[in-house]
Amino acid sequence: MKKKTSSPKTAESGKLKKALSCWQLYILLIPALIWLIVFAYYPMYGLIIAFKDFKGRMGIMGSPWADPIFKYFKMFFSTSIAMTAIKNTIIISLESLIIGFPIPVIFALLLNQVQRSGPRRIIQTISYAPYFMSNVVVVSLISVLFSANGLVNHAVMGAGGKAIMFTSLPEYFRKLFIGSNIWQTMGFNAIIFIAALTAISPEYYEAATMDGASRFQKILYIDLPLIMPTIILMLILQVGNIMNVGYEKAYLMQNGTNTTVSEIISTYVYKVGLQTAQYSFATAVGLFNSVVNFIILVITNAVAKKTSDISIF
Amino acid sequence: MANNNTVKKKKVKMSTGDKVFTVINTIIMILVCIAIVYPLYYVLLASVTDPVVVSSGKFLLYPEAWYTNGYTTTLKYQPLWTGYANTIKYTVVGTLISLVCTIPAGYALSRYDMVGRKPIMFLFTFTMFFSGGMIPMYLTVQQLHIYNTTWAMVLPVAVSAYNLIVCRSFFESGIPVELLEAAKIDGCSDFGFFFKIAIPLSKTIIAVMCLFYATAMWNQFFNALMFLQDDGKMPLQVVLRNLVLMNQSNQMGSSASEMVTKQKLAEQLKYCVVVVSAFPLLCVYPFLQKYFAKGVTIGAVKG
Repeated sequence: MKKKTSSPKTAESGKLKKALSCWQLYILLIPALIWLIVFAYYPMYGLIIAFKDFKGRMGIMGSPWADPIFKYFKMFFSTSIAMTAIKNTIIISLESLIIGFPIPVIFALLLNQVQRSGPRRIIQTISYAPYFMSNVVVVSLISVLFSANGLVNHAVMGAGGKAIMFTSLPEYFRKLFIGSNIWQTMGFNAIIFIAALTAISPEYYEAATMDGASRFQKILYIDLPLIMPTIILMLILQVGNIMNVGYEKAYLMQNGTNTTVSEIISTYVYKVGLQTAQYSFATAVGLFNSVVNFIILVITNAVAKKTSDISIF
Repeated sequence: MANNNTVKKKKVKMSTGDKVFTVINTIIMILVCIAIVYPLYYVLLASVTDPVVVSSGKFLLYPEAWYTNGYTTTLKYQPLWTGYANTIKYTVVGTLISLVCTIPAGYALSRYDMVGRKPIMFLFTFTMFFSGGMIPMYLTVQQLHIYNTTWAMVLPVAVSAYNLIVCRSFFESGIPVELLEAAKIDGCSDFGFFFKIAIPLSKTIIAVMCLFYATAMWNQFFNALMFLQDDGKMPLQVVLRNLVLMNQSNQMGSSASEMVTKQKLAEQLKYCVVVVSAFPLLCVYPFLQKYFAKGVTIGAVKG
């Protein structure tokens, strides 16, 4: 009996001693921890107002609970905009994923086939330059290049077509949104795959050459399988952020005529929350978005863990 | 040299299929580069070319028919410079704060002997996938009484969990454990080791972090919209949005100028404003880009 009680105690005090011995490391952590508490977890606590009738003067704690507790969630689902916003969010994110995810992989595989290192480096440098540019600059570029007498419409008219109002027609919103996303991020997202490709041992290629494999076959049977773990990892991360469509860009690209397709959950949260000050309602909508996103992440992670043994947690 | 030889040998042996592949691949790569560079180059050209030529739809390759009134007006436009000054202020202050938060924390979290390392790391990683969201963050900023101040622009985004992970991975793989052990035997404290040994060895990661944070701060738009109120405090991105996307560029020229010149200018001004706000960053890009790739690859070691 004595042994049983004493041994965990000594382990505990040993741990404490160990923790005390590295107190200086905790000091180094303090700035980041303060940030973590104030700007990450305190706002999470603030999510409570989704279940309350938040009144600025009474504070988060003092405000009364909403009656019924899911009042603002129900309210969201009863608005006509809810289904549109949810649908738009899902369509944009799925299309971005399906079209946008494979492109950096393909680009990395093809770039890896450029034999001379000089041009290869130049192409890579050019490819991730747009990542540097802000959404405002990119949307500005879209607006001037796709305007009624911008570069693109001149090309369209040159080919015998009629000028198209790209930026205001709803059917072009997603094409521009996803297309410009690819333009912005392809090179940057490819970096990680390129790094994985350069780590492949040349012996594989030599053996394949001996067997008479073509370059295309080498991509298919050597490169692709060997970078698969990286691909799956990136896929989990991307799927785990699926509901977080780039709202900044969506908001910037929005105009009076395309809201039917460009209104996503986050832009709606901004409008009802900060422009009309319905804090509780907007928080509920935002919380709904985050929770759905988190559930999708957990499911994807679990599926990936089971099928390929790769996971982020 | 050995590498070069093998490449040459491979080329000799290339089959027809491989040749076709190489040609197609080269064409794709050239097209990709054009698709990225030409729009930027076109905007640059349009900003110095006579708007009549630009709107005639000519395919521009070099500046023909110079017309620089756009720049004269742009450079005289005060709000743009205020925006610039604000952005620089937010970027410098923000990057410094971010570094002070991230680098020491990254180092501490890289130490296997720190008790509670894993749970603390988890708390940070969790913020990558779940957050309070827009409204609670807005209320936090208000409650701290930093709304409409510089702090509102820099503090909410001071730490990025992703950057912290990159930083930690760097210290884990870049600073050998033996070094720490040797220093400990010599009686070096954790502070001493961090400031005198780890920091001087980590110029790369500091450069990477500067680049990641500074770019993010420079490009901030939505937070400015949410957390700032005064026009005089708005960063460049907001000014740019107002001018180009909300068509306020008409207000830029003097009101006395003739209608025709005004019309002519209005189109060109958009190009000029985009150039003035985007190109300084693109000019420093070639010197910094290697750190970008480095940062991503360091982070990839441990996702």
